[in-house]
Amino acid sequence: MYEPHRVGLPPIGSYVRELWRRREFAFELSRTSLRAQHFDTVVGQVWLLHNPLLLSCVYFVLVDIIRQSTGGIVFFAHLMAALFAYHFVTDALRQAVKSVTGGGRLILNTAFPRILLPASSVLVAVRKFLPTVLVFIPVAFIAEIPFGAHLLWVLPIVALLLVLAAGLSMIVAAAQVYFRDLKTFLTYGLRVWLYASPILYYASEVPDRYQILLVVNPLAPLLTAWSDVIDRGLSPDPADLAFGAAWAFALFVAGALFFMSREREFAVRL
Amino acid sequence: MTYRTSLERAPTLKSTLMRLGRRQRVIREIEALKGVSFSVQHGKVLGVVGANGAGKSTLMRTVAGILPPSSGRVEVNGRVSTLLSLGVGFNRRLTGRENVVLGGLAAGLTRAELREKYDEIVEFAELEDFMDMPMRTYSSGMYGRLAFAVAVTMHPDILLIDEALSVGDARFRRKSFERMRELCGEDRTILLVSHALASIEKLCDDAIWLHKGRMQMWDEPAAVIEAYTEFLGITDEDHEPDPVTMEDV
Repeated sequence: MYEPHRVGLPPIGSYVRELWRRREFAFELSRTSLRAQHFDTVVGQVWLLHNPLLLSCVYFVLVDIIRQSTGGIVFFAHLMAALFAYHFVTDALRQAVKSVTGGGRLILNTAFPRILLPASSVLVAVRKFLPTVLVFIPVAFIAEIPFGAHLLWVLPIVALLLVLAAGLSMIVAAAQVYFRDLKTFLTYGLRVWLYASPILYYASEVPDRYQILLVVNPLAPLLTAWSDVIDRGLSPDPADLAFGAAWAFALFVAGALFFMSREREFAVRL
Repeated sequence: MTYRTSLERAPTLKSTLMRLGRRQRVIREIEALKGVSFSVQHGKVLGVVGANGAGKSTLMRTVAGILPPSSGRVEVNGRVSTLLSLGVGFNRRLTGRENVVLGGLAAGLTRAELREKYDEIVEFAELEDFMDMPMRTYSSGMYGRLAFAVAVTMHPDILLIDEALSVGDARFRRKSFERMRELCGEDRTILLVSHALASIEKLCDDAIWLHKGRMQMWDEPAAVIEAYTEFLGITDEDHEPDPVTMEDV
């Protein structure tokens, strides 16, 4: 039964049910995207890892020069861990922004919940994130990062990063249909986001006049918690977790509502 | 069924900002379908004819649930498989195998069902050697054969076919026509959009004629085709549709 949607949203119950029923499609699409990026070969994986690794080194040298002092290997570990977390979210966004517009004919010709498209982008980002954890472990050893039960906090933080990534992915995927140059602006925006997040520095070092950056940045509380757990060996500040969760869920809900209310137009806009 | 579409070549943020200053509107409302009302009984074949731009593809997409109606209701009982505009959503950069798997999963098949059907599809399309090659290397006939094979193998309750019958070499066309006849003979509901009027006449139980979004006629195929060809002015001296139009050549 297809009825016009007065309120703008499809009936959520059946939508989610259809979504769950076709989840294999999202998995398969992510696998196909990764295969297209040669992720299934050893060389491909090494290639994908070398970018954040190289970037970590470059940024480390940059900060070292600018600050005239070095935080040493511990700072390098912080930089690397935060950069990997940042790349997790931004990889999802970069993939998601072209997921709907790139899926042209599939959208025009098959009836399926379109949210599967940004969902598969998030899955691709997860798949790319996991090997970076392995690369980080030797660095962690060298930096003598404290190892203990507090590391279990990594799991909820990753989950929140995932929710945040999903929400933003849905927003950019849908927005790209209406503004085809969003992809260009996104590249620029993500770069600014990198500098505005506590990756190249510690959140505690931010002077008062720039504290506003940490407040309006949805990634900042999660990255602060991430740093606390990984390189300081502390349990995260509950305020950071709460704030980060609030941002993540708010963006997720906003993204989902935006995408679902607009997805029926995609077939005629592509 | 009305939808809004943009007249710009590629809508961008930059162009939107520029337009805001000049107060231009580039959104056009298109009334694709107006007052179209019909029903198809289970197991019957309905043909849809009409000039280009009449709204046939939009009608198919509405029935398939791809475009929701802006007013009225579409009631569909059973699983729908679509063969819309010869593509079923194939991505040319992927291999045939990947496309079939993705298409099947998007259509809601489980992996087990897909595994069963995969061999059937490849055999019908006669593309065993090519399934692992990217589809951009396929000829248009191979592409169409795979699309047709995918759609008819899904064993849907309702099959929507949009101008996809005339693909492939003569042997494949014979095979697909036979398959169509089989499907029409079985207890399946089929909606067939075609410009090949002979197929409509031979295969359909009922036919409707769409013109500029309105339904002009809903009747037996022969009557509809006669009226349609008269309207188009392509009948010969005896006011019979000529063989070229009927694609009987």
